[in-house]
Amino acid sequence: MIPVGYFFVLSGLLFFIGVFGFVTRRNLVAMLISVELVLNSVDINFAAFNRLLFPDGYEGMFFTLFSIGVSAAESAVALAIIINVYRHFHSDQVNSIENMKL
Amino acid sequence: MNYSDFFKMIPEASLIAILIVLFVADFATAKTEERKWFNPLASVLLLLNTFVCLYPMGTQNLFGGMYETTPAVDVMKAILSMGTFIVVVQSRVWAAKSGKEAEFYMLIVSTLLGMFTMMSAGNFLMFFLGLEMASVPLACTVAFDMYRKNSAEGAAKFILTATFSSGVMLYGISFLYGQFGTLYFADIATKMQATPLVIMGLVFFFSGLGFKISLVPFHFWTADTYQGAPTTVTGYLSVISKGAAAFTLLSILFHVFGDMMEYWHVLLMIVVVLSITIANLFAVRQNELKRFMAFSSISQAGYIMLAAIGNNWANSVAALSYYVLIYVVANMAVFTIISVVEQNNGGKTNIDDYNGFYQTNPRLSFLMTLAMFSLGGIPPFAGMFSKFFIFMSGVNGADINTTMGAWAYGVVFIALLNTVISLYYYLKIVKAMYIVRTDNPLPTFKSDCNTKFALAICMAGILLFGVCSFVYEWIAAAV
Repeated sequence: MIPVGYFFVLSGLLFFIGVFGFVTRRNLVAMLISVELVLNSVDINFAAFNRLLFPDGYEGMFFTLFSIGVSAAESAVALAIIINVYRHFHSDQVNSIENMKL
Repeated sequence: MNYSDFFKMIPEASLIAILIVLFVADFATAKTEERKWFNPLASVLLLLNTFVCLYPMGTQNLFGGMYETTPAVDVMKAILSMGTFIVVVQSRVWAAKSGKEAEFYMLIVSTLLGMFTMMSAGNFLMFFLGLEMASVPLACTVAFDMYRKNSAEGAAKFILTATFSSGVMLYGISFLYGQFGTLYFADIATKMQATPLVIMGLVFFFSGLGFKISLVPFHFWTADTYQGAPTTVTGYLSVISKGAAAFTLLSILFHVFGDMMEYWHVLLMIVVVLSITIANLFAVRQNELKRFMAFSSISQAGYIMLAAIGNNWANSVAALSYYVLIYVVANMAVFTIISVVEQNNGGKTNIDDYNGFYQTNPRLSFLMTLAMFSLGGIPPFAGMFSKFFIFMSGVNGADINTTMGAWAYGVVFIALLNTVISLYYYLKIVKAMYIVRTDNPLPTFKSDCNTKFALAICMAGILLFGVCSFVYEWIAAAV
């Protein structure tokens, strides 16, 4: 069986790729995709911990299922909002939607 | 499974009932032209819900520990329900004009349902679901002014940071699961030990909720979202959603991470000092009133979390609930006035627009002054008492001879100094209204009866909640 550390490294990498993408990407859809990477790393963590460390219950698996469902709902709302942004600004680049300033 | 458990979660059940009633009412009368009764219906239902929350239910543990409720949670639910009632009362003109009145009330009620679930969660899964149930409809309400650029921009920033912060928070929770193998608050609390994994989990979890409360290193979305959102929604965001998240953070820190107090006390002290100071410095240079209130609300969030620096749960939660109660009435008064001025000013909310406001609308400017004084904490008003209790609970049990105790006193002292800075910028509004002369101040206008009613409730709160000591005593006795 693959040791749990490998999953941990994988999810850690995925998490930081997501955070990095969220901070550096200047495109709303790309930022949304990066956030999804962060949420996927969480799902890997929960599933791997449940399977390898605590195989008695299904708490982690259920958390993963709920997290997938909720993140789908969030993406739906986020995409609707991004479409509305596109209607107003004719762009999905972060630089061009700076209507409000400090 | 015992289905009767559903009827024991009375505040949530009553909110679901309200949702159904609103939906059916909207559905059944969809073709009628004007529905003047819709706002009163929603307001009355929320007022009833407030009284339902006041019904004492004691401590309950439902669904095998997934759902826990205590008298402290009930008090906070009643406070938030009252705040939502004020929001709904005050939103009538704007909501009717938007043409999607029923949708707005349903979204607001469903966010409140999410917050209630989050506050009485006994398990991290339940907590996460409640949090998302609150933040997804909130994003929809921020984007509610579909044809205004700023609303779309604010909503995009809000939903992206909200998802990102819940991702970060979930990553922290997964660490806790990896360490303890359970997600129940009570089980984690008994097994709690400060391993590196748990400390990292705590930090990720804290920063995730810090985004929601908009404490300082995590506050970047706040100003844009608050400015872009419709004024009513900004009011709702700044008091209700912030109050619920702060209460949940306090409750989880004390009940789950109770044995790691020395770790999160350090974390909180840094974040609180940063929030209060930096937000105050930024607020001084704002010219847009909603943006200004956004920074003011960041610094108020710092004051709210000051309660968690004490080490006595009962004191901290009483001070926090009382502070949120006073903050609800004071801030909602300000936002009601901003909203009514905005409607009579072509949608502009600059501070300059308030120049000479006293000459034309003396009553509104007087009420605004009272609310600003209360936010700043000037003595006869309620804001001073709530700040006093927060400071008291912050130094509760702190021994000045120990390092941590001295730090606690230091943090409270910095917060005290910052009250003076905040007075400066709150009084800037008062100065604009009373002292600055201008040739063309806003014309005199009459506000509608809903605005008057909401303002009357807020003013009664500002003037009476501080002086009538039984309000605080009731909260302190209940928790």
